[in-house]
Amino acid sequence: MIFEDEPVPGYPLPIRPGHTSPGRFERVLRAGQFAVTTELDPPDSADPEDVYRRARVFDGYVDAINATDGSGANCHMSSLAVCALLTRVGYAPVMQISCRDKNRIAIQGDILGSAAMGVCNVLCLTGDGVQAGDHPQALPVFDLDAMSLLETARTLRDEHHFLSGRKITYAPRVLLGAAENPFTHPIEWRAQRLAKKVAAGAQFVQTQWCYDVPLLRLFMRHVEELGLLDKVFILVGVGPLRSAKSAEWIRTHVPGVHIPDAVVSRLAGATDPGAEGRRLCIDLIQEIRTIKGVHGVHVMAFRQEHTVAEIIDRSGVLNGRKPWYPGRDPPANTDRMAS
Amino acid sequence: MRHAAGLNTLYRALEAVLVALHPLLRWIGYQRLERPVAALERPLKGLLFDCRMCGQCILSSTGMSCPMNCPKNLRNGPCGGVRANGHCEVRPEMKCVWLQAVAGAARIPGGMQALQQVQVAVDRRLQGRSSWLRAVRQRVGETP
Repeated sequence: MIFEDEPVPGYPLPIRPGHTSPGRFERVLRAGQFAVTTELDPPDSADPEDVYRRARVFDGYVDAINATDGSGANCHMSSLAVCALLTRVGYAPVMQISCRDKNRIAIQGDILGSAAMGVCNVLCLTGDGVQAGDHPQALPVFDLDAMSLLETARTLRDEHHFLSGRKITYAPRVLLGAAENPFTHPIEWRAQRLAKKVAAGAQFVQTQWCYDVPLLRLFMRHVEELGLLDKVFILVGVGPLRSAKSAEWIRTHVPGVHIPDAVVSRLAGATDPGAEGRRLCIDLIQEIRTIKGVHGVHVMAFRQEHTVAEIIDRSGVLNGRKPWYPGRDPPANTDRMAS
Repeated sequence: MRHAAGLNTLYRALEAVLVALHPLLRWIGYQRLERPVAALERPLKGLLFDCRMCGQCILSSTGMSCPMNCPKNLRNGPCGGVRANGHCEVRPEMKCVWLQAVAGAARIPGGMQALQQVQVAVDRRLQGRSSWLRAVRQRVGETP
């Protein structure tokens, strides 16, 4: 999809009527396109080129790139910094904020700062506990939770003041997102929880990895019954599994990830488990896209980021659309920079 | 949380009694009562709910399961890391506080609707203070 006012890095797009952010990701969602997002594995490095190299593998296949915030409670380059680097060259990042490491003073400052640097999408997360990561000695903060974080971000954006009541002169114009896991307990209440997040300000949601489509359908039915289908854009989490062994490890060691036995045995029976994992991912995407109320997929291919382009390409979900990336278009429209 | 409904009734009754006592409490002085009441509240709620004395009790909106026992202090519902056996992601030996909250809420009239209320950020200054006195003052329209 080509917008007539494609971005010039560092310059915000105009905000269209009914939109809350000047972002390309929101435009794709509101235009009714099937959106694709992914996650950038943040480097353990201070070299900006490490970030750009990791972003370039997605060129032409994703509408937005999540910058994770110490995911799994492991220390990496901060999400704010990754976003700052990405926006410099025009990428559309989704800045993840976890409540684990920062209190409300730091978080509100980061939201303002990120918006000032051109971040248009913020994903509000509670975050994994510190016990999960490489610094289990650390103090878990959890001053806010995902819900009160959403509420806080919305207050900054829509009411133009901090939680303290102090005025903000220029509000952060960001699209607010949340996470949801339709695949764990309490299954029956998960859609209600999404309703609560929508009430707190969530405009889009990215789910945990989906390997169980019947459970997703159940969730989506509940979401529809709650009247949420036109209130929130739902992107379903997907990702390629490497092998039966890795699937087994993930489902026993990563809390909240549900992988049915059938998936594990499909991988176990394959001659090339890696290729079968990608095939399975493509099959899931093609099935998921037909479910009413699903607006896209969020591809989490941890340490397999190079497979994302191939998976999206073969799935056909972009319908020939080529999401913007630095250098996609011939430099004919640089005169717009002047305005 | 099998006793959620009973505890909820008990709690409502206690609240009604305290609200009725408001003129007396005001006469004695809420400031003066703060320490003795908190001293009473701590062991009692500690015993019943494993209370953490956050000072802004929302038990009636969480199926009588104290959300401050969640290692992530979640006051708005479970995280996405609940284990397949219904236990906590952070402390695998512990049942998820929020699974108990949802089960408890189902036993209380209006409990499920109460769960849907978005709880705003906790005021950390109230840690250790009496939430009973605070609730009474809010109930009668005073600013605690």
